[in-house]
Amino acid sequence: MTHNPTFLIRGARPLGGDPADILIRDGRVAAVGAPAAGDPAAEVVEAHGLIALPGLVDLHTHLREPGREDAETVASGARAAAMGGYTAVHAMANTDPVADTAGVVEQVWRLGRDAGHCDVQPVGAVTQNLDGAHLAELGAMADSIARVRVFSDDGMCVSDALLMRRALEYVKAFDGVVAQHAQEPRLTEGAQMNEGVVSDRLGLAGWPAVAEEAIIARDCLLAEHVGSRLHICHVSTKGSVQILRWAKSRGCDVTAEVTPHHLLLTDDLAESYDPIYKVNPPLRTAEDVAALREALADGTIDCVATDHAPHPIEAKETEWSNAAMGMIGLETALSVVQHTMVDTGLLDWAGVAERMSATPARIGRLSGHGRPLEVGEPANVTLYDAAATREIDPAAMASKSGNSPYRGTTLPGRVVATFLRGTPTVLDGKIQ
Amino acid sequence: MRHLLSAGDLSRDEATLVLDTARELAQVSSRSVKKLPTLRGRTVVNLFYEDSTRTRISFEAAAKRMSADVINFSAKGSSVSKGESLKDTALTLQAMGADGVVIRHSASGAARRLAGWVDGAVLNAGDGTHEHPTQALLDAYTMRERMGRLEGLRVAIVGDIRHSRVARSNVLLLHTLGAEVTLVAPPTLLPVSVGTWPCAVSYDLDEVLPKSDVVMMLRVQAERMRAAFFPTAREYSRRYGLDRDRFARLHDDAIVMHPGPMIRGMEISAEVADSPRSTITEQVANGVSVRMAVLYLLLGGSESAIGNGN
Repeated sequence: MTHNPTFLIRGARPLGGDPADILIRDGRVAAVGAPAAGDPAAEVVEAHGLIALPGLVDLHTHLREPGREDAETVASGARAAAMGGYTAVHAMANTDPVADTAGVVEQVWRLGRDAGHCDVQPVGAVTQNLDGAHLAELGAMADSIARVRVFSDDGMCVSDALLMRRALEYVKAFDGVVAQHAQEPRLTEGAQMNEGVVSDRLGLAGWPAVAEEAIIARDCLLAEHVGSRLHICHVSTKGSVQILRWAKSRGCDVTAEVTPHHLLLTDDLAESYDPIYKVNPPLRTAEDVAALREALADGTIDCVATDHAPHPIEAKETEWSNAAMGMIGLETALSVVQHTMVDTGLLDWAGVAERMSATPARIGRLSGHGRPLEVGEPANVTLYDAAATREIDPAAMASKSGNSPYRGTTLPGRVVATFLRGTPTVLDGKIQ
Repeated sequence: MRHLLSAGDLSRDEATLVLDTARELAQVSSRSVKKLPTLRGRTVVNLFYEDSTRTRISFEAAAKRMSADVINFSAKGSSVSKGESLKDTALTLQAMGADGVVIRHSASGAARRLAGWVDGAVLNAGDGTHEHPTQALLDAYTMRERMGRLEGLRVAIVGDIRHSRVARSNVLLLHTLGAEVTLVAPPTLLPVSVGTWPCAVSYDLDEVLPKSDVVMMLRVQAERMRAAFFPTAREYSRRYGLDRDRFARLHDDAIVMHPGPMIRGMEISAEVADSPRSTITEQVANGVSVRMAVLYLLLGGSESAIGNGN
């Protein structure tokens, strides 16, 4: 992947529109349009019928390195990202050690650069060691080579209202954003799954929707008060959607993400007590799923983020209450979005490109990603076969972990190729 | 019936068959030789991850009266205390050829998980705050013996419903068998979605007592008080304890039940617990018969339970 040859992508449909040829040269889009005479030196990629999207951008990825290299490494996670059509991912800070210093974020950034399959943009922790009590050196991380702009204690909520206020204010100095994992800790002590009919029947401690909604409401009001940018991670409830809609109508500078699994799966899957469905925030009800889809369609929720959370087998082959929370998602995200949003008529491919590429890149301030497929732009391109179907087999995935809730199910669509600045990271559905 | 994981898995006919079989088997307990050859050569493992002498002894007695080989496996001092996972323990039991595994575990759903890893029958002897189906069966058995019927019987279940596996199993089974259940507790000790359960709900014990044929008191653990589910033990006892005065509000043939272990002076007063209308020791005796019936129906195959046909 060191050389940068010229590629002619023939017959793809940019954003699902009319077929066009896309010429990629020197890492940039050199031409888009009617079949070009082309460059005789170009390597031709036949792409008839494929959708061309700007390379996807994930705001929320757990790559586990440093610390849990048995579950995922930056390199394996970057390969999984490329296979999923991503050209940039934000690596969450809850590693071991926590990414709360310039040293750790630079290490992760270098690992990503060396891996090469995808740009790895570290997220910095808001508080030291995610302790929720002492601000980490946010400025040092912002000024480091890693140029951190997204700060999050993801996995933990910044529950202290004053500390949250300070963090929101402080990151304004470098155009940062605090990405909140909205979970009121006292209301969710020992919580195992969505609190409701199913948790009551199964005897599993409940994670009530109000524990998410109360924090989102508080933080939207705080962000509005101090004039800061706020991002809400993995929104999971109908009530959260209503609060976000209200906050945006007041002019609050808040953005929000939803995961593919919250767009598709519901809490009744826990009936099996199979912790493959255990995730935080938990799977909610069909009513919540419908509200989340509608909110993603109308823009109340700005983007899709995977919350890709790899875990080794033994962390899931256990009793529900002992199992780790989280599911992998990089290599199924686009398929789930097609299934839940495109095939249902809620979004067109331009809408998908906005919510999975342009908007997350803008929120994360990644200037080289999420750009339109136009001449002169960086050649970050994903080619996707929306007409394909595939049975999900985690063993065949690039991720080091197999904790996919879609194992054995059939999903539409397949990523055929991914280009990162003109270099193919995936071709013919295979990692390069 | 391959496993017994939830009282909700039993149809009305299946539940009635368990109770009828238990009644037949109860005769054995009154014989001088309390043993049947029915499960000879079968191996039953008691896999207890929680201390529960009462339930373990009941299952052990039940299996031994049916001549099964019983292996007691308690988590303490075993491979489990060295960090072995439930799955590895299951595979070990599987390799040893366990025909039935009786599991008690602090995690809801542990019995269900185990059933996915072993070929033998799994019998849920209490999983976290989920279910305890043999307790519900022995309670139903006790009610039927005492009151002569279950259909239309008015049963009040009082106490920490939210955290009670006994309450969950009883609500499901008693509904299946046609009884009318009313749950009584402070709102903090009821599940949020209790309105969707097949039973009535009340916050007022005094109002429910005169309309009840059976009152089942549940243990309330002191740790619930520390977690602010109610202010003090005294206040709980005053509002929801079954003392002599409340007992007097019951009609004359109503009975009082408790799955044990009880806390005298908290949810039940000593004179009520020791009254002839209390079934607490009967429940223990009936527990053995009901567990014999369940083991027989899960493991016994085609042989008749009593085995006196030839």
